[in-house]
Amino acid sequence: MSARTEILDRLRAALHDSPEAPEIPRKYRHTSGMSEDELIELLSDRLLDYKAGVSVVDEASVPARVAELLAGEKSYVVPAGLDERWTALVPGRVVDSPQEPLSVEELDGIDAVVTGSAAAVAETGTIILDGSPGQGRRACSLIPDHHVCIVKAGDIAGVLPEAVRRLDVTHPLTWISGPSATSDIELERVEGVHGPRRLDVVIVR
Amino acid sequence: MSPTYLGMPGLPVYGDGNLHASEAFPAAARRELGNAQLRANLGHATHTIRDKRLRVVAELPDWEDLREAGSAIKASVMARLPELLEEFEKNFTARGGIIHWARDADEANGIVRDLIRDAGADEVVKVKSMATQEIGLNEYLEEQGISALETDLAELIVQLDHDKPSHILVPAIHKNRAQIREIFLREMPDVDPDLTDTPARLAEAARLHLRRKFLSAKVAISGANFALADTGTLAVVESEGNGRMCLTLPDTLITVMGVEKLLPSWTDLEVFMQLLPRSSTGERMNPYTSLWTGVTEGDGPQNVHLVLLDNGRSAALADEMGRSALHCIRCSACMNVCPVYERTGGHAYGSTYPGPIGAILSPLLTGITSEENASLPYASSLCGACYDACPVKINIPEILVHLRSEDVESRRGTTKVPGQMDVAMKAASWVMGSGRRMALAEKALPLGKLAAGPDRKIKKLPGMAAGWTQSRDIPAPPAQSFRDWWAKEHHDPGSEEHTELEEKA
Ligand code: SF4
Repeated sequence: MSARTEILDRLRAALHDSPEAPEIPRKYRHTSGMSEDELIELLSDRLLDYKAGVSVVDEASVPARVAELLAGEKSYVVPAGLDERWTALVPGRVVDSPQEPLSVEELDGIDAVVTGSAAAVAETGTIILDGSPGQGRRACSLIPDHHVCIVKAGDIAGVLPEAVRRLDVTHPLTWISGPSATSDIELERVEGVHGPRRLDVVIVR
Repeated sequence: MSPTYLGMPGLPVYGDGNLHASEAFPAAARRELGNAQLRANLGHATHTIRDKRLRVVAELPDWEDLREAGSAIKASVMARLPELLEEFEKNFTARGGIIHWARDADEANGIVRDLIRDAGADEVVKVKSMATQEIGLNEYLEEQGISALETDLAELIVQLDHDKPSHILVPAIHKNRAQIREIFLREMPDVDPDLTDTPARLAEAARLHLRRKFLSAKVAISGANFALADTGTLAVVESEGNGRMCLTLPDTLITVMGVEKLLPSWTDLEVFMQLLPRSSTGERMNPYTSLWTGVTEGDGPQNVHLVLLDNGRSAALADEMGRSALHCIRCSACMNVCPVYERTGGHAYGSTYPGPIGAILSPLLTGITSEENASLPYASSLCGACYDACPVKINIPEILVHLRSEDVESRRGTTKVPGQMDVAMKAASWVMGSGRRMALAEKALPLGKLAAGPDRKIKKLPGMAAGWTQSRDIPAPPAQSFRDWWAKEHHDPGSEEHTELEEKA
């Protein structure tokens, strides 16, 4: 008998008492009812708590803000679908596209990465990337040491269930809450292990 | 064998591998209790994490609603496990993933070895995974000439020191920074000889040590925190980015997961991703969560495998009383509140799963007849703190009592006459099964005072309980039970709080 058949048979036999699947009570919050200003404020607060950088700017100021954040980085990578205006003021751009993906070694030689985002969750301070053109391959937002992520205010959800309902889970999803961190040594939190050690979130009103 | 199994065709098939303790709890605990360093580190860690946890849990107005939902979702998964597994398989496979089924540890290990060989690799990078620890994958691969490198910082420390994890969340909690520095200096070939013991420098050393491995690895091995049946998606929750490295960079990804980790649908994840980080590390959200559904062209591993593991889970599922132990999401909250764990540490439990959940899960997976694991259900004071802390509301004390009576039952053939333990446990489960009876029993408490000497300590208990007083004194029970005290303090007719608490109980 194949392992598959045998395991499924064992599991069916284990349910000899035919337990009933209970109704799922879903009384937890599905929305937050917060205004855009409140969402921005809460998200900023949570991100700062994780030691991420936060700036809130209007659309026209994004290029200047991104330029300030990238000052001092020799090179940076952007996914091919990222709005070109956002990085227009900064030299050193390298583009990663599905047609011409950078190798892991090439990415390792690049200081920073700029991406968009698919959604954010204010209450938990989480930004979510889903691999669409403005966010790129997962390796791009992982290997460079500094991640600048642009979040549109309209994409901020108050609570997690709101964000989950806006996403397509069959895309590869990366949820990011602050920069890489560890508390494995005497529970002292250290920001930065293998993922980007610096995370800057630019929220666009 | 318990009468609950009688309706089953065939006997339950138990699990093997690192589920079996190599030594019974009482002996291991006695030794570990002598380790003052361990106890100090552990006390500090459990208290810190549980305070953080309480703070972030208190932030959520709907915490109890989330627990209710989480518990019901898991009960529903258990009731529908075979059909959900088939649904998951269909969806994961449709998107290019490949599923393998493993009856036990040996079979799972063999499958992983073959996949690694097929990929032409003799070295793999690993994300922390309870399932692979359970089946002893690292040791097995080493015998086969394949080196498996743990990449989670704590797991790396433990692996470099040829030690075992002592906590599921912070596996190296029994070591302090000076010890970690020594381990790194001794075991990392290219380490900076001027390495200091500040956590930031130590984390940096781990980063440098692993960086090249991540960037060049052909094969990675992971566990999974959740699998979503309706979409065929897998999820890994982590902090350091080592998970993202393993899940994204190598061309072949092999995930090993117990069959119980399923959730029916993608939207169920919203419940568990609120319950898990807060219960586990006391954070609002862990730094990184990765979700993948089969293969994504041009992004991440192009050979994506999943090994679905039984290894005793079907046996645990067959136990009507015990099956809810399979709801566990390995958050470790029960460990951090357990007075027994706090003193003995994780090593005393012997098996992969320590603490209160280990005390029920290990014997459920191996069968209570497993000689060493049979003592695990006694590794508890039945104080109930684990039940209160558990985000999916596993009634650990109830299952402990149930397993104790199973243990007694299973030894009936050899002891012939019902022992003291037999009678005591039967009585205990009857008393604890009802609030009214429990209250009556507590009324008898003042009697205990008679057994205590003038220093209000009970030095020696009669009968089988004498074993307990061998290494400790028991404070005499108070003159008044908590229930009585509460009733007296709070029973003014206008007290809303009182009625509410009664309802929850
Ligand atoms: S039993 Fe509950 S509290 Fe303990 S690790 Fe599992 S989910 Fe967490």
